[in-house]
Amino acid sequence: MSSPEEWTHPGPDAAPATAATPTAEQVIAGLRATDEGGADLVQLLTPEGERVQHPDFDIDITGEELRGLYRDMVLVRRVDREANALQRKGELGIWVPLLGQEAAQIGAGRAMRPEDMAFPSYREHGIAWTRGIKPTDLLGIFRGTDMGTWDPVEHRFHPYTIVIGNQVLNAAGYAMGQKFDGKVGDADGEATICFFGDGATSQGDVHEGFVWAAVYDAPLVFFCQNNQWAISEPTERQSRLPLYQRARGYGFPGIRVDGNDVLATLAVTRWALEECRQGNGPILIEAFTYRMDAHTTSDDPSRYRLSDELELWKLKDPIERVKVHLVKQQWADQEFFESVEAEAEQIAIELREYCVTLPDPPAGRIFSEVYAEGNPVLEAQRDEFLAYHAGFAGGEH
Amino acid sequence: MAAPTMDRPATDDAGVPAVQTLTIAKALNNGLRASMEANPKVIVMGEDVGKLGGVFRITDGLQKDFGEQRVLDTPLAESGIIGTAVGLAIRGYRPVCEIQFDGFIFPGFDQIVSQVAKLHFRTQGRLKVPMVIRVPFGGGIGAVEHHSESPESYFAHTAGLKVVSCSNPADAYWMIQQAIDCDDPVLFFEPKRRYYEKGQVDTTASPGPLFASRTLRTGRDVTLVTYGPMVRTSLDAAAAAEEEGRSLEVIDLRSLSPLDLAPVYESVRRTGRLVVVTEAPSESSISSEIAAKVQQECFYSLQAPVLRVTGFDTPYPPSKLEEEFLPDLDRVLHAVDRSLAW
Repeated sequence: MSSPEEWTHPGPDAAPATAATPTAEQVIAGLRATDEGGADLVQLLTPEGERVQHPDFDIDITGEELRGLYRDMVLVRRVDREANALQRKGELGIWVPLLGQEAAQIGAGRAMRPEDMAFPSYREHGIAWTRGIKPTDLLGIFRGTDMGTWDPVEHRFHPYTIVIGNQVLNAAGYAMGQKFDGKVGDADGEATICFFGDGATSQGDVHEGFVWAAVYDAPLVFFCQNNQWAISEPTERQSRLPLYQRARGYGFPGIRVDGNDVLATLAVTRWALEECRQGNGPILIEAFTYRMDAHTTSDDPSRYRLSDELELWKLKDPIERVKVHLVKQQWADQEFFESVEAEAEQIAIELREYCVTLPDPPAGRIFSEVYAEGNPVLEAQRDEFLAYHAGFAGGEH
Repeated sequence: MAAPTMDRPATDDAGVPAVQTLTIAKALNNGLRASMEANPKVIVMGEDVGKLGGVFRITDGLQKDFGEQRVLDTPLAESGIIGTAVGLAIRGYRPVCEIQFDGFIFPGFDQIVSQVAKLHFRTQGRLKVPMVIRVPFGGGIGAVEHHSESPESYFAHTAGLKVVSCSNPADAYWMIQQAIDCDDPVLFFEPKRRYYEKGQVDTTASPGPLFASRTLRTGRDVTLVTYGPMVRTSLDAAAAAEEEGRSLEVIDLRSLSPLDLAPVYESVRRTGRLVVVTEAPSESSISSEIAAKVQQECFYSLQAPVLRVTGFDTPYPPSKLEEEFLPDLDRVLHAVDRSLAW
């Protein structure tokens, strides 16, 4: 684990770090580190598309596997852009863009096994994709027709959690259950992975989730996507320490990975999940990435961040570096890239068609499945409401 | 609970006497034990519930007999207790969380109202959250701040939760088991000032439904509706009133959400008068709800307005003043007088 002197990167004009406490500028430089992500950043594919080696997290990848990761990222980006456009057309009430975070999500998602369990926040459209959830199933939440229509048991993908950090505790409990069920300790084990953002690390529930997972040795990978901004609040408003270093205070490893590098994210997450399956969890992964679009479509990032920052991160695009590498390795030709583009267009068309024809739920949905075992008071209220509805010409609408 | 009849066994299958005299505390302990024996997925979790047996000793001896994986001494954080219980419930467990005192439930409030209450609705029944949150509640024990509150209305106000309160050992024994068996999340409010009051528990009886009120005493003149710690106070008031020739009916709600008010309506139609007795402050509360519904359903039967005897709309006071704050026999009888004088 590095010392504060190692993780700060004073610029040429910064005051020298003579005391144990770094200067404010050094803290901010270390937290943001938008150029490099800091000395401990795990990276396997540079922004220029060059493969680099890492002593602990190297990975064997075939051309076919890398083409698959590329395809995943292109498709989820296309889904994201289409949904964003649908919001702009008024077809969705709101959308939460993932633009720029494709590698973090596809890398982590493809590291999971079917029997592992994932607890998302609300931006995890790429994780949903890797869990076999159709992009159309995400739309109901944002069009207001439902609250998530996938089966969380079948897909082992929990419903989106909108209250910041709540899902971290739910994931900790689930992982405790995996351990109590004896699903930890061998190659056939199970693990849980929980997704949250840099802003969530300020929430009490995330702290408590770290404590619970640590003291019960839960097989839980905490996957923090540090996209640098919690709506308009920057990372330095959340922490004086790089987020991955917080793990040490709870007694488990923390690792910062280049979240725009799908290979590094895949390798680190695969390792972390395996550690958990073997009974050596929990682990915190900080995927160092950047939110290229707004927090949601209701947000205006031009009010709080500089265009220079955005331009800098465009050079780190997670998809472009894979494309360059595929070409350099001669693992993909123009025909492949065009076929992926065509597939992306087809998914976008399907998404658009599905969205605009998605029916409003029946009025009875208000009362549906509030309780597992019913509630006579609520049922009387429902019956009265439905009778009132039926009284209009045309009956229930 | 009725006394055993001749055709009932004197002991249960394990040779334990079928009818025992127990405190509420011991009845809860026995009920938890019975549930844990019947279902290996039932786990108890909370602060100090293991070796210590809980601050009120409700879980005494359970960790010794069921082990540390089924009786979890947790870190000290209520959101953590409830939030991890959600994950365990989704995984197939039936967690029973203990919150040490009523005023400490608020750090867990977010998890309760945002996740516990809504996951079933959000997923259209694909996820069930069968968990129980036990809350020793109410005043009368001379405690410091945050140890004597009655927060039940917050939870009755939230759809997706069920809220119950026991008032005697027999109900304590059966209701805790029924709450654990319920597929919905249940807030289980225990009258801490009554923990050590005794009563008969028939472990071979067939308990009535959990979410139903029960008429404990029949009467002609005024109906008293109450729950939890105020049941004893109301029964004492009815006994005192009888000496003055007044006949009070006493109904123990038992279930605060859903409310089973049919017996209350039936009673009020006979007596024409209703007094609601609770420790909780009155504004926007369970007592408000009862008053509203009774005037709606029994308007032409009422001989007097619905009256309420409650805690005041203040923070719970320093304990030297709690006898002034808490409804007592005299305040209940005063309300009865006011109702009858209408």
